[in-house]
Amino acid sequence: MTYIRLEYGDLLLPALLVVMNGVCSIALQLRLERQLAIATVRMVVQLALVGYVLTFLFAAASPLWTALAAIVMVLFASQEIGVRQKRPLRGGWSYGLGAACTLMASATVTTFALLTQLRPDPWYNPRYALPLLGMILGNTMTGISLGLDVLTNGLVRDRAAVEARLALGDDRYHALLPVTRDALRSGLMPTINSMAAMGLVSLPGMMTGQILAGVEPIDAVKYQLLVMFLIVGGTGLGTLVAVVGGAYRLTDHRHRLRLDRLVARPDT
Amino acid sequence: MHCDNALLEVRSLVRLHVDASFKLHRGECIALQGASGSGKTLLLRAIADLDPSEGTVTLDGATRESMPAPAWRRLVTFVTSEPGWWADTVRQHFAAWEEAVPLVEELGLPSSSAEWNIQRLSTGERQRLGLVRALALGSPVLLLDEPTSGLDAGATAAVEAMIAKRVKAGTGVIWVTHDADQARRVASRRFIIKDGRMTEEPA
Repeated sequence: MTYIRLEYGDLLLPALLVVMNGVCSIALQLRLERQLAIATVRMVVQLALVGYVLTFLFAAASPLWTALAAIVMVLFASQEIGVRQKRPLRGGWSYGLGAACTLMASATVTTFALLTQLRPDPWYNPRYALPLLGMILGNTMTGISLGLDVLTNGLVRDRAAVEARLALGDDRYHALLPVTRDALRSGLMPTINSMAAMGLVSLPGMMTGQILAGVEPIDAVKYQLLVMFLIVGGTGLGTLVAVVGGAYRLTDHRHRLRLDRLVARPDT
Repeated sequence: MHCDNALLEVRSLVRLHVDASFKLHRGECIALQGASGSGKTLLLRAIADLDPSEGTVTLDGATRESMPAPAWRRLVTFVTSEPGWWADTVRQHFAAWEEAVPLVEELGLPSSSAEWNIQRLSTGERQRLGLVRALALGSPVLLLDEPTSGLDAGATAAVEAMIAKRVKAGTGVIWVTHDADQARRVASRRFIIKDGRMTEEPA
């Protein structure tokens, strides 16, 4: 396998495209330039750091370090889920529910792939486990945060409809069903859309990366298909548990809607 | 004259600033009045167990907690002044539309309203259909929160007549209204909520 090696200096010219977006934002008064700058700096620093961290982890090949890295990734994903909510759950529930669902879904699916299809030696080999977890985690996080956001906003918006059903004697599961369905659809839709467009509209990042690194396209496609199946599984599982958990938390044992368990953040 | 056995008994029911105790008998309608924000709706919602509250509420001697909340709400049914809707057409909101048709027609709406789209309903149509939807349950206790606030005089009279028939048949009704004349027309006893306290008005 041969590939064209990049130096950090080679990235300066492409980075001008980001600067161009910033200039557009200023010219059109979009007020995105600050966010764009912060996001760009964050991305560069995070990716540079992760490059060094992965180099260390691959060399160490230790189950302890691999598990620690995985936990840190899950915690960051949970933090992002909480931040993305317009109306997060009160107390530790927002962070806790996000962390529990992300961990459960991504760990289950990653372990499944490592033990059944990839079977690296050792099975937790960080060169396979961590990139795989990262890809599943990113999509699961998006599904969970979208699902929870649609659930909480939907319950606030449709409060009258939900409480009408409760007042007429429906249980909480039936009363919340339309909102819950919307939340699940929203959580899964980005993954379904990306699958439908894949290969025709877009070439996935991982596959492109492998091809650029010298892997045969057919082999890269097989890896991409495996990853997409895992992503669908992880996103579906995580979103389902998060939305059902959120619906459970926003009602109580007397089948009452408990919107007092939400924090309003109208400025987000 | 009512016998001592209350249909609905509320003892020291506390929800936020509202504290209430009273009895509602079979075949009785009591009116509940008070300034906006005094806690009338809070009280009805607490009785229906739609919000957490302290105190005791019993129906024929059985406490709320002795039965599942959905079962309680089918017996003690809260009807809000602005009913909520969760599907596209009127029919989808009724378990058995055909059984509700006589009530619908009694309130001046055609049976074809089953296929009406919820989005095109006027406030008055929503209010009448919301009321019918609750009446169709046949609950022994109705908690009506300003059930005629969006209706004209004719429709108001039709609603009052319909509820009067239910009361005569033994249903207990708590009717929240801002209209003192209506309170005198529909209810045998009148209560006022002020500063969170519920007191009975002299006859």
